[in-house]
Amino acid sequence: MTSGHADTKAVLMRPAPKRRTGRGWTPALLRALLFLILGLFVLYYSLPLFVMIVTSLKSLEEIRAGSLLGLPQAIELTSWKTAWESACTGVSCHGLKPYFWNSILLVVPAVVISTALGAINGYAISKWRFPGSNVIFGLMLFGCFIPFQVVLLPMAITLGTINLAGSVAGLILVHVVYGIGFTTLFFRNYYVTVPDELVKAAKVDGAGFFAIFTRIFLPLSTPVIVVTVIWQFTNIWNDFLFGVSFSQGGSQPITVALNNIVNSTTGVKEYNVDMAAAIIAAIPTLLVYVVAGKYFIRGLTAGSVKG
Amino acid sequence: MKNLLDRHLPKIVVAPSFAAVLFFVYGFIGWTLYVSFTKSRILPKYDLVGWLQYDKLFATPRWYVALDNLFVFTGLFVAIAILIGLLLAILLDQKIRAEGVIRTIYLYPMALSFIVTGTAWKWLLNPGLGIEKVVQDLGFPDFKFDWLVDPEMAIYTVVMAGVWQSSGFVMALFLAGLRSINEEIVRAAQVDGVGPFRLYFHIIIPSLRPVFVSAVIVLSHLAIKSFDLVIALTHGGPGYATDMPATFMYAMAFSRGQLGQAAASATVMLATVSAVIIPYLYSELRRKHD
Repeated sequence: MTSGHADTKAVLMRPAPKRRTGRGWTPALLRALLFLILGLFVLYYSLPLFVMIVTSLKSLEEIRAGSLLGLPQAIELTSWKTAWESACTGVSCHGLKPYFWNSILLVVPAVVISTALGAINGYAISKWRFPGSNVIFGLMLFGCFIPFQVVLLPMAITLGTINLAGSVAGLILVHVVYGIGFTTLFFRNYYVTVPDELVKAAKVDGAGFFAIFTRIFLPLSTPVIVVTVIWQFTNIWNDFLFGVSFSQGGSQPITVALNNIVNSTTGVKEYNVDMAAAIIAAIPTLLVYVVAGKYFIRGLTAGSVKG
Repeated sequence: MKNLLDRHLPKIVVAPSFAAVLFFVYGFIGWTLYVSFTKSRILPKYDLVGWLQYDKLFATPRWYVALDNLFVFTGLFVAIAILIGLLLAILLDQKIRAEGVIRTIYLYPMALSFIVTGTAWKWLLNPGLGIEKVVQDLGFPDFKFDWLVDPEMAIYTVVMAGVWQSSGFVMALFLAGLRSINEEIVRAAQVDGVGPFRLYFHIIIPSLRPVFVSAVIVLSHLAIKSFDLVIALTHGGPGYATDMPATFMYAMAFSRGQLGQAAASATVMLATVSAVIIPYLYSELRRKHD
């Protein structure tokens, strides 16, 4: 954003700074108030997850009789089992399991392909500028921001024409195509900071386009690859719009299946199963967040603050 | 020969991606724009009929409900998320020992799918078993909190869930902004005897202007595209009380068989987003060359 903002992305993730010399309003009362407010917000953000977990462990009778916030009297894992293998998503009752695998089958190739394309595009656009390369980048970038409603209809028709309608392969294509913009952006912004002299020196030594990419740039790219993979993984795993528009029955991703379970109107409303299903759908991205949070945040800030 | 290939290699490498973007983004936008000027219903037709679809769209009460909801939702969602985000960033910037842990807790909802968030909040807001019952059990038997099924109030439940999911992210943006402020300026002001409130309101917060801009852009962009959250939380209901342009478009396209209406509403959405995004991208890209 500001000229100094690009380098502050990393700053955010440093441990709490010790360098600070004051700006602290230290009187004890204010300090107590400060912790009170921070603590209230900790509750605000964590309570929904807490409620989801305890609800998923209760029996339906206990849910109806007891309190939303109460701990379960006895831990019941049956609703987890139901959510995983026998909950009904519309007509079929196989739980989330098949859809979980659909999402994996969808996410892995889509992430790999879009990241690879982003890397090579970002490299070409930042280090081998050619007439029009900035325009191309601008056009790709704008593609990240369009409301996807504007491409839904022609995409549905196109997928039908090339016989990929309602298939996981079709969804992979969709996610790759609309992911290229962001992946290119990430790599381009990263490679821009690599000095041009490095490329010049390698060229003098006789290295070509691909040799420079594989020998110099790829080994430098671990952080940006991690950021991009996490960004794409989270976005594609969490996608609902493309999933619900372009898949049917057996090929649906997990978000669509979750929504179907929660909104299925047949039989008794099993809130515990709904909550277990929601947690199952959230586990992969939460896990990524817990394990690689700093890269996740770097992606978020880079994706929004085009520093 | 090899030299020639080498010279064109960068273009050749970018070409497939660029071709895909031209076709799947710009070609598709062109198609939707075109179809919005036709009489298409269940199947696309290609005879131009002028502004017919737009006249019809802007004579549809449901579309006005959707636009109204979009404004209410966007306004509140952006304003509240920024207020909370800024407040939390400033508080967290006071040398808090547990900052890392607290930050992680504030930000995790951003890793969730809106469908998961919607499902969770649908349960919390369940009239009868959710928050309503918690407060009643605390000794307020007359307490009522049924916004989820109240057509007048349902849109505010979408705001609540949206803010819960996104405000931690805004906090992260502001925290990064605060950490990049020049310490010298702050110190100089303190030496001059500027008190903490004046320091924040006259020096620090004004210098975060660029962060405000990007937070507003990102959040309003999220709001205009909001589809999943509405579907999971209220499914546009009760009735179509929480319909948004995105859900309106989806209904026209995939359940009502009104392709022309779907295309026209999608075009209006694109125009709205472009009005926000194009100046932003332009200024961002230009700044790069300075």
